[in-house]
Amino acid sequence: MSPLTRTRRVAPPAGDPAGAGRRRRRIRHMTTVDRVVVAVLLGIPLLLSLAFIWIPALTTVLLSFTRWNGVGGLHAKACDPALPSILNNGCVNGVQNYHQAATNYPQFWPAVQHNFIWLGVFVAIATPLGMLFAVLLDRNIRGSRMYQSALFLPVMLSLALIGIIWEFVYSQDYGLINTVIGRDGGSDAIDWLGDPDLNLWAVLLEATWRQAGYVMILYLAGLKAVDPTLREAALIDGANGRQTFWRVIFPVMRPINIVIMVITVIESLRAFDLVYITNKGINGLELLSVLVTSNIVGETQRVGFGSALGVVLLLISLVPISVFLHQTFRREEKQ
Amino acid sequence: MSSPTLPSTAPTGGGRRPRPRGQVLSQVFLIAASVLWLLPLLFALYVAVRPYSDTRKYGYVSLPHELTLSNFTDAWSQSNMGGFFWNSILITVPAVVIALALASGAAFVLTRVNIKVNVALLILFTAGNLLPQQVIITPLFRMYLKIPLPSFLADSGLMYNSLFGLVVINVAFQLGFCVFVLSNYMKSIPAEMYEAALVDGAGMWTRFWSLTVPLCRPALAALATLLTTWIYNDFFWAITLMSSGDKRPVTSALANLQGQFVTNQNLIAAGALIAAIPTLVVYLLLQKQFIAGLSLGSSKG
Repeated sequence: MSPLTRTRRVAPPAGDPAGAGRRRRRIRHMTTVDRVVVAVLLGIPLLLSLAFIWIPALTTVLLSFTRWNGVGGLHAKACDPALPSILNNGCVNGVQNYHQAATNYPQFWPAVQHNFIWLGVFVAIATPLGMLFAVLLDRNIRGSRMYQSALFLPVMLSLALIGIIWEFVYSQDYGLINTVIGRDGGSDAIDWLGDPDLNLWAVLLEATWRQAGYVMILYLAGLKAVDPTLREAALIDGANGRQTFWRVIFPVMRPINIVIMVITVIESLRAFDLVYITNKGINGLELLSVLVTSNIVGETQRVGFGSALGVVLLLISLVPISVFLHQTFRREEKQ
Repeated sequence: MSSPTLPSTAPTGGGRRPRPRGQVLSQVFLIAASVLWLLPLLFALYVAVRPYSDTRKYGYVSLPHELTLSNFTDAWSQSNMGGFFWNSILITVPAVVIALALASGAAFVLTRVNIKVNVALLILFTAGNLLPQQVIITPLFRMYLKIPLPSFLADSGLMYNSLFGLVVINVAFQLGFCVFVLSNYMKSIPAEMYEAALVDGAGMWTRFWSLTVPLCRPALAALATLLTTWIYNDFFWAITLMSSGDKRPVTSALANLQGQFVTNQNLIAAGALIAAIPTLVVYLLLQKQFIAGLSLGSSKG
């Protein structure tokens, strides 16, 4: 034990509970058993997270530079464009997969566009709607709990079930909407989920139906945590309800606003279940997530190409992830 | 109770003076929204309680001539729903328990033992939960085809197509969120308690198991509720990491059912509603924990 540590042990720096002196002291105090306990408690979850999340994520990046149909091995030789594709299997393809996705894969740009439309609808419709619900419910009007339960109900359902349940609303022949507007069964029946010009919007209505409830509950929790004296002060200063909300309440909810923003982006990138259950994500419902999936579990396994699409998804999702991590861990890193 | 007792009872709000006109407007808006929000579910329920012959003759949007519960019993008996439910239980229960146990350990070490990289590790766990599943599915799918399992864990002999494989990926994926929430929660436990425990000679394990875990009970309950719902509702892992329909959990097995009963929509409606029951029950019984869990994860930051 160095003399330096010993001095620090005698007089730990005042007002610095997480300071270096104490840190070192605590580690010195660990017995062998303690070390084993620490290693096991942290080690197993860490290994799981590395083995099943992070190594696959990195492997996706590596695979995206190869050309592979999943059969046979991978090797370090560069692909030879002169050879037929079967002889090129497992070769290093450079950025060809990305190039091909951007230029020679008709589903790619529609999928990117649909992902952005998804995000746009969540930002412009689902989030404000959820906030409005929360603000109204927070005013403690009669029946609040009932309304809250009704609006939150969809969040409890699996997205696959939501897809099945909404089928009864949208069906061309027997659906609720077509029957109500008098077009059921006829030749003028609207094919809400089959028409590629309509189905994205129809599915987005289902997604909004769920997302608004999710935003509502998060926002409601945030509103309940706002210090009530802030409202009192605003009232005394003569602010009306709207001013109080936008100038006082909304700014102090910054952390929750960021969480909602991050969730909104991530949920729109993750969107998969609804379109997959509706028509396997084809014919107007293409999304990046669906393209990745269909390239690796479909009949034609294009592992490298599917991975390249996965990397595109990864790169986009790193934006909200970094925002969230920065917001959350900024303070701790300063310590 | 006819006199309109204005909510002067509002417990949190000084200064929330109710304005009658605004109140009426809010009420009307919320009633309309709630009706709209319940409509798809109620319609599915209505389809489910009408006999096939009835809807075939008069259409789905018509007055009922006869109501029945037989669609529910038929959906249950004709589609092995019992088996699918059992699969869901075999995945959800172990996954929730293991995820919480492992996450408590990791969160404890990351908040209570000062190792240099603890913020970095916390970030690693948290970020893992935010990735879209499709980012990792390609290598994961190949891995699952390669990793052998002993036959008592999986009759496929592989991670692929085994319930065990689904438990593992659900645990790994949800760990991040649980570690994040639990570490935030553990930070709020006063350091004096640990100092007292140290003075009493409590080792690392005692400080974790007998001191920290019991104090985290509210957070664990909230997380258990959330995880149960999320893992039960999982669709993506189940359809990509399983090939055979009969091993799938109930929510993804319904996709098969949709093909099987394509002519009898009443049965599909009934099956979908049966599959929704567990999460709805969880919500109704554990509403408080569920919402507490969501806000534990979000209010920090």
